[in-house]
Amino acid sequence: MALLSNAAVLLGKEVRTEFRSRELLSTTIVFVLIVVVVFSFTFDPTTNESRRFGPGLLWMAFLFAASLMLQPCFLREQVNDTLGALRLAVSDPFAIFLAKICANTLFLLLTELLMLPVFAALFNVSFGAQLPGILLTFLLGSLGISVVGTALAVISAQARMRELLLPLLLLPLLTPILVVSTEVTIGLMQPEPYMEWKGIGLMAGFDVVFLTVLWLFGEYLLEE
Amino acid sequence: MPAAPVRSIGLQFDKVDKRYGAVYALRDLTLNIAAGECVAVVGRNGSGKTTLLRAAAQLVRPSRGSIAFSGGAEDAKAAIGFVAHATMVYDELTAEENLVFFARLQELAEPKTRADELLREVGLHDRKDSLVRTFSRGMRQRVAIARALLAQPSLLLFDEPATGLDAESNLWLTEHLRKLRDTGCTILMSLHGDSELARLATRAIRLEGGGLIADTRRGAMFQSIFAAAGC
Repeated sequence: MALLSNAAVLLGKEVRTEFRSRELLSTTIVFVLIVVVVFSFTFDPTTNESRRFGPGLLWMAFLFAASLMLQPCFLREQVNDTLGALRLAVSDPFAIFLAKICANTLFLLLTELLMLPVFAALFNVSFGAQLPGILLTFLLGSLGISVVGTALAVISAQARMRELLLPLLLLPLLTPILVVSTEVTIGLMQPEPYMEWKGIGLMAGFDVVFLTVLWLFGEYLLEE
Repeated sequence: MPAAPVRSIGLQFDKVDKRYGAVYALRDLTLNIAAGECVAVVGRNGSGKTTLLRAAAQLVRPSRGSIAFSGGAEDAKAAIGFVAHATMVYDELTAEENLVFFARLQELAEPKTRADELLREVGLHDRKDSLVRTFSRGMRQRVAIARALLAQPSLLLFDEPATGLDAESNLWLTEHLRKLRDTGCTILMSLHGDSELARLATRAIRLEGGGLIADTRRGAMFQSIFAAAGC
């Protein structure tokens, strides 16, 4: 229980500091908005083309958002060595990861949900009745991106080439979940939409596997 | 008044090495610190003082050797109060929010009461709602000290605690540490020209190249260690 209460306190701090400064969210939202607008003007797709290519472009925009958003999550803790204070204060170091993952997932989901109507309008597609399916896909996809990204953010924060390292490591590791998320979203955007449950299962499996790896080995990533 | 620590704990370094690549930050360090001792660590820049303190705080894992705690410290981490060179507090939170946040993480019974108590003690109660980023270095250091004292630690690790403090704050810190020492708190502090704090020490050790080159208790050689370090 100490793990969950520690994680809840940490998550509260993450949310409070972000909504107070709005640095990360506002930057990411503006960035993703520009990407989606540029994509729509570049490809100028018909509705059918949007259904085929749109989900790929959407998840690519989310990947850009994630690489922008994940970078500072541990760099911020290095400014005043607050990571050291956190490590001393929590009873289980996984609480630090859990809180960061929840915060990153929440911020990423917020960005995605804000982008959804913009995407629908620019790409002339409708989600309507498929919203619960879309939300589930976004949740599992964002969680997967956040789990892997948070682990890589702590590694890259200690490296010299930190700004380059995170995107470099992030892309190959996230390829499986990005491919599956795109496939599931394509299914949901068809004229006769369908939920690809196999894809949902794969996404959930990806999340569980990486979360378990982080739970087992995360403590070593935090060490100096 | 500082509250009495729950228990007094000692610290044993046994043949500890800490390497960063080919560079030794600590080299074959064997050191026994008894419960209740107040030990000053001196040495030039890069001599290993900070690594010694961070290893004692369990923030740095030794490359070789072991660090043990004595005196019934089942959960040693909970008994440690650490003031590092950096402030270890969030600039974007207020002084009170910082202390309440860390008190909650440490699962203290009444986080807000404890935070208020410590803010009064460090003389920042009237600025409790100000963001830490608006504070001077000395005020930040006071918040850092308050954070370290939240859980009434029985082992205090201070890395150049007088950094940024003006003469009045330095005097306050010295008096505060004296009271903590007198309650049986074990103190390990690195010093760099802090003559007031040096007077508190009951033992002084000197590091060079990560190794222990002098270790003495109050007596004839005691002042010479500080003199060599410029304290």
